[in-house]
Amino acid sequence: MVGHIHSFESFGTVDGPGVRYVVFLQGCPLRCKYCHNPDTWSAGGEERTAESVATQALRYKNYFGDKGGVTVTGGEPLLQIDFVIELFTLLKAKGVHTCVDTSGITFQADKPEILEKHKKLLEVTDLFLLDIKHIDDKACKELTGQSNAHTLAFAKFLSDNGKKMWIRQVLVPNITDDDESLQRTRAFIDTLEMVEKVEVLPYHTMGIVKYEKLGLEYPLADVKAPTKERVLNAKRILIG
Amino acid sequence: MLQYKGWEGFVPGKWCNDEVDVRDFIQRNYTPYEGDASFLAPATEATKKLWDIICDLSKKEREAGGVLNADTKIVSTLTSHAAGYLDKDLEKIVGLQTDEPFKRSLQPFGGIRMSEGALEMYGYKLDEGVKEIFTKYRKTHNEGVFDVYTPEMRAARSAHILTGLPDAYGRGRIVGDYRRVALYGVDYLIRKKEEDKLGMSGDMTPDKVRDREEVAEQIKALKALKEMAALYGCDISQPATTAQEAIQALYFGYLAAVKDQNGAAMSIGRNTTFLDIYIQRDLDKGLITEEQAQEFIDHFIMKLRIVKFMRTKEYNELFSGDPTWVTESIGGMGTDGRSLVTKTAFRVLHTLDNLGPAPEPNLTVLWSKNLPTAFKRYCAEISIRTSSIQYESDDLMRPEMGDDYCIACCVSCMRVGKDMQFFGARANLAKCLLYAINGGKDEIMKDKKTGKPMQVSPEFMPVIGDGALDYKDIVAKYENMMKWLADLYVNTLNLIHYMHDKYSYEALELALHDTKVGRFFATGIAGLSCAADSLSAIKYAKVYPIRNEDGIVVDFRIEGDFPKYGNDDDRADEIAVWVLKTFMKYVKSHYTYRNSIPTTSILTITSNVVYGKKTGNTPDGRRAGTPLAPGANPMHGRDSNGALASLKSVAKLPYDYSRDGISNTFSITPESLGKED
Repeated sequence: MVGHIHSFESFGTVDGPGVRYVVFLQGCPLRCKYCHNPDTWSAGGEERTAESVATQALRYKNYFGDKGGVTVTGGEPLLQIDFVIELFTLLKAKGVHTCVDTSGITFQADKPEILEKHKKLLEVTDLFLLDIKHIDDKACKELTGQSNAHTLAFAKFLSDNGKKMWIRQVLVPNITDDDESLQRTRAFIDTLEMVEKVEVLPYHTMGIVKYEKLGLEYPLADVKAPTKERVLNAKRILIG
Repeated sequence: MLQYKGWEGFVPGKWCNDEVDVRDFIQRNYTPYEGDASFLAPATEATKKLWDIICDLSKKEREAGGVLNADTKIVSTLTSHAAGYLDKDLEKIVGLQTDEPFKRSLQPFGGIRMSEGALEMYGYKLDEGVKEIFTKYRKTHNEGVFDVYTPEMRAARSAHILTGLPDAYGRGRIVGDYRRVALYGVDYLIRKKEEDKLGMSGDMTPDKVRDREEVAEQIKALKALKEMAALYGCDISQPATTAQEAIQALYFGYLAAVKDQNGAAMSIGRNTTFLDIYIQRDLDKGLITEEQAQEFIDHFIMKLRIVKFMRTKEYNELFSGDPTWVTESIGGMGTDGRSLVTKTAFRVLHTLDNLGPAPEPNLTVLWSKNLPTAFKRYCAEISIRTSSIQYESDDLMRPEMGDDYCIACCVSCMRVGKDMQFFGARANLAKCLLYAINGGKDEIMKDKKTGKPMQVSPEFMPVIGDGALDYKDIVAKYENMMKWLADLYVNTLNLIHYMHDKYSYEALELALHDTKVGRFFATGIAGLSCAADSLSAIKYAKVYPIRNEDGIVVDFRIEGDFPKYGNDDDRADEIAVWVLKTFMKYVKSHYTYRNSIPTTSILTITSNVVYGKKTGNTPDGRRAGTPLAPGANPMHGRDSNGALASLKSVAKLPYDYSRDGISNTFSITPESLGKED
C-alpha cells in the first residue's frame, strides 16, 4: 500500500503525548480559513509504502519513552485510511503507540464499507485527536466548506466503541471564541465517554507565509491571534 | 593517623600512600547526592556587592571599547604582579591576574607581534624595552615557527585551508590537575617531581635531556606558585585544612596557569566532587553553614568569570567574542555505578541564579541517563532559565576515559592530570573539495607575483571540461587531495608544537600532571556537512562546473535534488562518515609529535563563520563567503525532518574516529518542547 506523504517531523511534541514521530499526509477535503498547512490540501506528495514509513519511524523508537509514539496528521490523514491502517498495523506489531489527528470528515456510519474500515482503524489506533472545527453546522460550513455532521458522528462512534480521544478546538477570534459556541461544544463533549483531554489551540498567523508562497489569498488577513484572556476564557468554558 | 592536618577525617588509601592519586581520594571520600535543589542558599550581601563591582567594571570596559586597562611593561609571570583585589574585605576567594581587576596582562612568549598588535588595537603602546628583549634576546614561539615553516605551509595558511593554527598565540587546551594543590600542598608535589627527575637517568639522548629540563621547569613553577600565594598572605605548601583553603588553593593553581599562559582555551577541569568532600567535612564539623559554602563557591566562580586575555580583534573575530573557555566539567557517573553528582554540583550551577547567566566559566554537565533524576531536573530548569549549560555524553566518553576525565575547551576530553593535548585548529574539508576540483589552485587567492590563481598544493589533475561532475572521478581526486592536506597538516602541527614546547612551555600546568603524561594530537575538521552535501549533490543530482577567465571552477549549476546530511538519510550521512574516516586514515598514517595519539574533532562553534568567508561557492549550492555549519551540524536550513532526524545524522559519525569530540549546536524554544500541562 502506497501513501502520499507531505513530510515528516522526527521530534513532534505537540500532537499527542510524549515525543512523537509525526507523518504528514497529503490531501484534505476541508478548506479551513485558518489552516496553517495549505500546502497539504492538494493531491500529490511523495509516494511511500507503509512498510518503508514504518521502518523509518521505528528508527526513533528509543526516543518515544513511555508515552510517545507515532502520529499521523495532514492534510486529512483518513482520506488515506487504508494506508493508515496498514502503517499502524505494522507499528502496533512493534509495540508503538499510535495516534491519528483527524477532523473525522471521512466517517459515514450509513455506508457499511466505510464503517468497516473505520472499525478496523480503531483496532490499531491508541488515541484520536479529534478536531471540532465549529459546533454550529452553518458556521462550520462557512469556516471549512463542509458540514460538521461527520465529525460529531465520529466522536460518538469513538465514544461508543470505548476509544480514547482528545478533543481539539482551534480558537479563532470572532469565529470560534464566542461563549455561546464554546458552551455548546462543552455540552457536546459532556455527552461523550473516553474524552481524555480537551485542548484549546490558539489561532496563529505563522501559516501566512505559505499562502504567499502558494499564491493564495489569506482569508483571515485581518484576524489576530487571540489574547491570553480569551484563551483562558475558552479553557474555562471547555475544560473548567 | 594521617600524615597531614589537612587529611584529618578522610578515608585513607592509595592516594595518601606516597602517591599522587586524586581520583582514589575522591572515590573513597565523596558523598553522592540524590536530592533536589531545595537546600541551596541565596547570594550573601558580600557576594552581591562584589558582583556589583564586577558589573560596573564590565560596563566601563564595554564603554572603553573592549579593554579597560592593559599592562604594557611587566611581562606576566606567576609572581610578576603584587596582589590585586576587588574588595579585599569582602572576598572569600582571592587572586587576580594582575594587581588590578580588569587589567589585562602582557604575555609575549607566544609571540611579541601578537602582544604588540593587540595593545595597539586598543590604543596602548608596548614598552620599548620589552619589545627589544623579545625581538633581540628572547625568541618567541611565533618566531620559532616562522623560522621553520615551509613555503607550502605558509601558502596553505594564508589561503585558509588550514585555519586558526596556534602559531602566534598560546595553544591552550592543557588542563592542570589543580585539585592536587589543595589535596597535597605544593611541597609534596615538588618532592614527587624531584623523585621523577632523579629517575630520568641513563643515556642523555636529546629526548631525555628535554624531559629533564621540563621537569626542572615544572619544579621552578611550583616554587613560584607558592610565592604567588604568599603575595596574598596564603601558605599553600601544605594540604588545605578547610573548604575555603581548598577552594583557594585550587584557584591559585588555576590562576597561576592563566598568569603563565594566554591559551586558546584555559579550562579548569572537574572539581565539584572533589571540593564537595571539603565542604561536607566542614559542614559536618559545624565549621560553616550552607550560606558560607555557597559564598565560597560564588566568589570562586566570580573570579573565573573575570579571567581576561589581551587578544587582537582578528582573534576575537575568529572566536566570535573573547572566550577563555574556562570549562568546568560537572557530574557524570563513576565506573562503579555511583553518580558523581554531589551538592557542590548544584552549588556551582546555582551560581547562574546567584550571579545571573554567563558564558564563562563554561559549565559543562557530563550527562548520563543514569544521573539522579532530581539533578537532571535541576539542570533542565537552569538551562531553560539561563541557556548557560553545555551538555556532553558521559555514557559515550566514560568507557574510553574512565570517570576522572574533564573537558578542555568545548569537547576535548582528557583524564585529569594524566593527559594533555597538542591543539591543532582545523583543516577546511569543504575548501579541500574545491582544491580537488581545481587541482590545488585556490578559488579565491591570487599569486602576488603573477596575478594568477594561487597554486597551494602541488599541481594535481583538475576537473577537465564543462560536463556534469563525475562522482567517481571527484571522489578519487578528493581522496588524493585529503591525503595531501593531512600530510601537510600533521607536519605543520608537528613543527608548531615543537616550538611551543621550546619557547612557551606550560611548566605550571604540566607540573600538575603526571610526569609520564599521555599526549593527544588533536587535529580538527571544518566544513564536514558542506563537503558531504556537495558530494551528495554530485552523486545524486547533476552538478555542472562554471569557470572564470582563468579556467578556475568558481561556481556550479545544479540540476535536480539530492539527499542532504541532517535528515537521517543514509545516502548523505554515509558520505559524511566516509569523509571523516578517510581524512583520519591519512592523519593517522604520519609521525605525530612526541608520539602523541592522533585524534580529531568536529567542533567549530563560532569560527565556521570565518572559515566560510574564505571558502568559495560549493557544489551543494552554498554561496561563497556564507558560513559553513558549526561543528558537525547540518548546513543551515537543510534538515527538514525535525530535530531527532538531524541529531541522528550527527550521531552516525563514529566517535572512534573523532575522539577529540563532535559538537552539534542546537537551539530550541521552550514551546517546541511541548505544552505546559
